[in-house]
Amino acid sequence: MSCREHAVLSRRQLIKGSAASLALWGFIPKGMAVGTRDPRLLTIVLRGGLDGLSMIAPAGDPDYARIRQKLALSKEGATAGLPLDGFFVLNPSMTYLHSLYTKGEALAVHAVATPYRGRSHFDGQDVLESGLGGVSRAENGWLNRALAGLSVAGKADPKGLAMGAVVPLVMRGTAPVMSWIPKAYGIQLRDSTIARLMDLYGQSDPKLAKAFAEGLEIDKVGMTTATGAMSAPVLQPGGPRAFRDFIETAETAAKFMSAGDGPRVAALSYNGWDTHANEGTVQGQLATRLAGLDAAIKAFAEGMGSAWKDTVVVIVTEFGRTAHTNGTEGTDHGTATAALLLGGAVKGGRVIAKWPGLADKNLYEGRDLAPTLDLRTVVKGVLRDHLGIPAGALGTTVFPESRGVDPLEGLIA
Amino acid sequence: MPQHDAVTALRRFGLGPKPGDMKKIAGDPRGYLLASLSDKTAAKIDNPQLEPSHVVYAEAQEAQLAQRLAQALVKEATKANGSPVPPAAAVTPQPPVANPMQPTEMAPKTTAGIADVRPAQIRRDALNEELAARIERAIATDSALVERLALFWSNHFCVSSAKGPVRGLAGGYEREAVRPHVLGRFADMLRAVESHPAMLIFLDNQVSIGPNSKAGKNRGKGLNENLAREILELHTLGVNGGYAQDDVTNLARLLTGWTVGQANVEQSEPGKFFFAAPRHEPGQWAVAGKRYGDEGQRSAEKALDDLARHPSTARHIATKLARHFVSQNAPPTLVAALEKTFRDTDGDLAMVTRTLVSSTEVWSHPATKIVPPYDFTISVVRGLQLQQKPAELVRLTSLLGQPVWQVPSPKGWPDDDDAWMGPSAIRERLRIAERLARDVDKMVDPRGIADDLLGAALSDVTRQAIARAETREQGLELLVMAPEFLRR
Repeated sequence: MSCREHAVLSRRQLIKGSAASLALWGFIPKGMAVGTRDPRLLTIVLRGGLDGLSMIAPAGDPDYARIRQKLALSKEGATAGLPLDGFFVLNPSMTYLHSLYTKGEALAVHAVATPYRGRSHFDGQDVLESGLGGVSRAENGWLNRALAGLSVAGKADPKGLAMGAVVPLVMRGTAPVMSWIPKAYGIQLRDSTIARLMDLYGQSDPKLAKAFAEGLEIDKVGMTTATGAMSAPVLQPGGPRAFRDFIETAETAAKFMSAGDGPRVAALSYNGWDTHANEGTVQGQLATRLAGLDAAIKAFAEGMGSAWKDTVVVIVTEFGRTAHTNGTEGTDHGTATAALLLGGAVKGGRVIAKWPGLADKNLYEGRDLAPTLDLRTVVKGVLRDHLGIPAGALGTTVFPESRGVDPLEGLIA
Repeated sequence: MPQHDAVTALRRFGLGPKPGDMKKIAGDPRGYLLASLSDKTAAKIDNPQLEPSHVVYAEAQEAQLAQRLAQALVKEATKANGSPVPPAAAVTPQPPVANPMQPTEMAPKTTAGIADVRPAQIRRDALNEELAARIERAIATDSALVERLALFWSNHFCVSSAKGPVRGLAGGYEREAVRPHVLGRFADMLRAVESHPAMLIFLDNQVSIGPNSKAGKNRGKGLNENLAREILELHTLGVNGGYAQDDVTNLARLLTGWTVGQANVEQSEPGKFFFAAPRHEPGQWAVAGKRYGDEGQRSAEKALDDLARHPSTARHIATKLARHFVSQNAPPTLVAALEKTFRDTDGDLAMVTRTLVSSTEVWSHPATKIVPPYDFTISVVRGLQLQQKPAELVRLTSLLGQPVWQVPSPKGWPDDDDAWMGPSAIRERLRIAERLARDVDKMVDPRGIADDLLGAALSDVTRQAIARAETREQGLELLVMAPEFLRR
């Protein structure tokens, strides 16, 4: 046996051992499908605490304009938002999202919060992504446990996809996850070097071996899609660099997820929502960010092609921001906020909210939009009705100790 | 295993050996580390070509003002004579920096010219010079432990150059506020970082105004809690350190007035720390059980001093150090020893570091941490003696997901043992290794280099893989991608 053969063999064994073969993704649709649908789920975590009151603005609330002052959107005039249901308006930077809403492919939930009631980003994200009832410094997240649950049920051998150099907590756990980061240079790795390195890892470092094998597999998917070679990402001219990266990442996620044998469940995150000063709802920081998010949504939706009809995108953040503006035309860490569901599989065209009102007496701790809906009910509704995860598992393993938190009905078309 | 101690000294506590280092220190690896701690100023970068951060700030601001003035004049001119070209004499702001590409007499005469003295350019130039100096230090240093401490503290007290004006200040911040103190007192570093303009801007304190201060009453503006919160959660007590929302708000009140000097503010120097008394919230406020207040700038200084010596801070710092240098599963005895030294010495960081390298656990714990991208790139360049432009190394590091001074959040870079082991991440390292290996002198012998750089850590499997490589280049790629090179 030559050196080369040995290397290739151990690489194959390794892939088999870690169930890393992408070919297995092909089974997922059958297992996960509810009815004839081949469901896809993308979760986008907006880090920093998105100001829900500026994205989905309660222009019809009598106290809103007073407490938001210069940050307030209105139903008409220079600061007009895009009309939603007569009470809420959408931030004017999100024209594509508005078109989805109009088509019934997007909905918003408002006054929603995780069980976390502190005001630390990191703890807030920990609770949001771990799916636990409180801060835990957990090492795995609900999306990964949902995937693992599917696998236990003998339905599939699902594999998650994480976009970015660091796998977000929501996607970490025992179920296998591939991560993707943009390729450095156009350097083609040489087969001989790959085989030798895989052989070396196989003999001395199983964790590196597994990571490397998965990286190589995902590289293949990244290079080609069902339609052939991967096209150059469509970048918006101008705009901040982070903004362009995000759009490119969303577009690449679509390439993976729309492929016939591609991953069906993915997560990515988008930083920079911590708008303490000069928030700028119509023009400025937040408006730019939201426009970036809107462009990323568009890139993803269009990239999904015909698979969009089977897709749900869940967009969540760790907490909202103070109801009142602070002294620096921004807002500080708050509690309830808005979340978005979009995709062809969403029963959209509405804003779901048990609106608590913005009068001072109705604010949480006298400062924040009060939470009236547990974010877990929304996510559970999607996981149950879109991915077909049984309610029992949702209340125990996916969101531990949350039996009383029922899945929200009727989110999926 | 004294031979393995040399590996630990140069890899766990360093940035990887340069050729010959492993042999050089083999006689007394611990002594080598301890000796490197004797010069308390060893982390400083004294480079006369680097401008102080306040100068960069002032220059950028001047350029911004000049730009606005020029734009206003263009607007006026367009209104007056329908032409966008204003009278040349009226728009000749002195270029704030001597730029050889843009002599003074060519100062903006048209809108295109005006755009050339962009504040963004001033900030970018400053950033690039700082990056180059930092990388040159990392590649050259013989006291890599000290450099690792600088990186650790810079990450603990991180700012991000992605936030507007911080771009021009991030490098100066690390040199001015962090590096002088990495072998000094924690309390001194804490004061230096929290009062540095880069931090005040990054965490919005320069816009925080006491609601009952003179300025607050006049302008109806208010508090911004961002800096106060991160001081408690990330910089001192730690998230479980026992503080509540009131502590955050009160510390924010005490910090009001801590701001950045501006050209148009009397008695302030542009770009330097400035205490704006009219913004300072009056009254006494409790933080972590003690009351402070009514002493102006001094109030928050006292609060910071007490936070620096709080037992929760000692525990938080001890845990982070052990996690960084050993593992997320570092032995509790190590954490306890670090915590004790921190408390006993009132936060003497040289003594804390001595405890770290003197503890038996750090020499016996297996190498489980994946070397982060920045340290990886630097260690390849050090080990293979590559001639690479700093800008190229910055780029490579960014491609691996760790752009220098662009942390994703105030929490800094992740520090779990496997944080940098996402699948594509290892694949991309190989791509970077291929890129770098191209530049190696073709006559070198990868086997000899492997022995020299990995010493006692070099496994038989790796040795064999390198020896059987098809080309020298491939041998070097396998060397820098070997588990013993990727983990420390």
